[in-house]
Amino acid sequence: MDLSALYQSIILDHNRRPRNFRELVDADRRSEGRNPMCGDELTVWLKMDGDRIDDVSFVGSGCAISKASASIMTTTVKGKTREEASALFERFHDLVTGSPAARPDDPTLGSLAAFSGVSRFPVRVKCASLAWHALRAALKGDDAASTERQ
Amino acid sequence: MTLAPRSEFPLLAGNPDLCYLDSAATSQKPRAVLDAMRAYYEHDNANPHRGAYELSVRATDRYQESRDRIARFLGVPDSATLIFTRGTTESLNLVAAAWGRANVRAGDGIVITGLEHHANFVPWQQLALEKGATLRICDLTPTGEIDLDCLTGLLDARTRIVAFNHVSNALGSINPVREIATLVRERCGAIIVCDGAQSAPHFPVRFDALGVDFYAFSGHKMLGPMGIGGLVGRRSLLERMGPYQTGGDMIESVLDDRTTWNVLPHKFEAGTPNVAGAVGLAAAVDYLDGLGMDRVAEHERLILEAAIGSLGELEGVHVLGPPVSRRSGVVSFVVDEIHPHDLATVLDQQGVCVRAGHHCAQPLMRRLGVPATTRASFYVYTDVSDVVRLAEGIARAQAMFASPSAPRR
Repeated sequence: MDLSALYQSIILDHNRRPRNFRELVDADRRSEGRNPMCGDELTVWLKMDGDRIDDVSFVGSGCAISKASASIMTTTVKGKTREEASALFERFHDLVTGSPAARPDDPTLGSLAAFSGVSRFPVRVKCASLAWHALRAALKGDDAASTERQ
Repeated sequence: MTLAPRSEFPLLAGNPDLCYLDSAATSQKPRAVLDAMRAYYEHDNANPHRGAYELSVRATDRYQESRDRIARFLGVPDSATLIFTRGTTESLNLVAAAWGRANVRAGDGIVITGLEHHANFVPWQQLALEKGATLRICDLTPTGEIDLDCLTGLLDARTRIVAFNHVSNALGSINPVREIATLVRERCGAIIVCDGAQSAPHFPVRFDALGVDFYAFSGHKMLGPMGIGGLVGRRSLLERMGPYQTGGDMIESVLDDRTTWNVLPHKFEAGTPNVAGAVGLAAAVDYLDGLGMDRVAEHERLILEAAIGSLGELEGVHVLGPPVSRRSGVVSFVVDEIHPHDLATVLDQQGVCVRAGHHCAQPLMRRLGVPATTRASFYVYTDVSDVVRLAEGIARAQAMFASPSAPRR
């Protein structure tokens, strides 16, 4: 299998220079994501403006896939409504799990399409979705999410 | 050169390009082990200790012979003090439950170390929480070994249990078991529990010379099948302990209002035993003795030296743990700018199997100040060429993650 399908250059770039990689001091929500299988942990902060995500950030340690996924997630969901973000997570989840419903050429995925290669590496699906689980928990008002309790 | 030919291991023979460097997690199995288990089921299978017919007697004999054989391998003179369990985890839980619950009281001390696998950490932590005892965790030296001065300071008259591993699964550190046992005996009457999951497979172990009270091991890490392992204990302690689980086979007499227990080892083996597993493990120790445990240790040392040598030549690769002279066939390392999980994926694409993560030793990872490591571990079928492929794979991963252009294959 071609490793460049997994580690696309945009993923390597976000791994090296993660965006929105900071604590959000005026956040109104925060949630920790944890993958007990590998020990990866990250925290997602949200600042809501009504139903809209006004600002979002993350901090954590993890592999290139989980870090790049968190970074690209923050750039993608900023400005979106809670509903739009949830819908995006579903399309992203379809993509990384290789679901028959996945549409890698869906233009609304934007940079998230770079994770299409993950579906061929089943052990890395949880890395790619960790930040999204934390985001969803934060949107629901929970303070923690685990890849093992979804 | 490997010590044992790959051709004798069906999985390795069937995958000639596979570079299996995860034997500390589980070993591959020689044909002799698989054949012995198959022969048991094809010729001798019945429920042991029960049937008044010849086939059941044969099954009982196979089970008992296996126990005797494994006891001899581990230097256990009295084979009735070798209890079969599912493996190290169950053995340690047995001691925590059957000895710990009856003997540990509020305010007592339980001493473990920061080097432990979760299997030798969580049972003691939970016992301490249940009883209101104090769990004391011994510090490690900068090379990831038990700090004996710190250990000495943690022992007092109220220390009831001291538990530590013989060899660290995460770093390969070999702990001076006899020295620790002496140190404990001089200071308190605690029982001494040794987690031998990573020592029994890799060098000669004699329980009667270790000076500990309990020694736990797993069959699947020493060429045997999964689901069988054991606990060796001092007879005087085992006899005073109540059972771990209750049910069939472990009883002497069941009255309406009470039950008396069977003799050792049966008191601790409730239910139909894993006879095929025991037979397979006996075949595994036969195989190991055929190779010679001294030669197994020597072979792993040569591979280890080669591994530490080649990884040391790679810039940005940091090997954790003690020097080769105090280390078993395990190399744990971190690579600058590459997370172990990513490294393992890149290596996997080249047919190199390594473990990435916390190695069921999160307390150790915190003490080392790393979230995870990559671990390569060796055994009798490992060759120096496997180590060369590991080093090449790491170099390739470094090129991929350093390069700002598109990754190479």
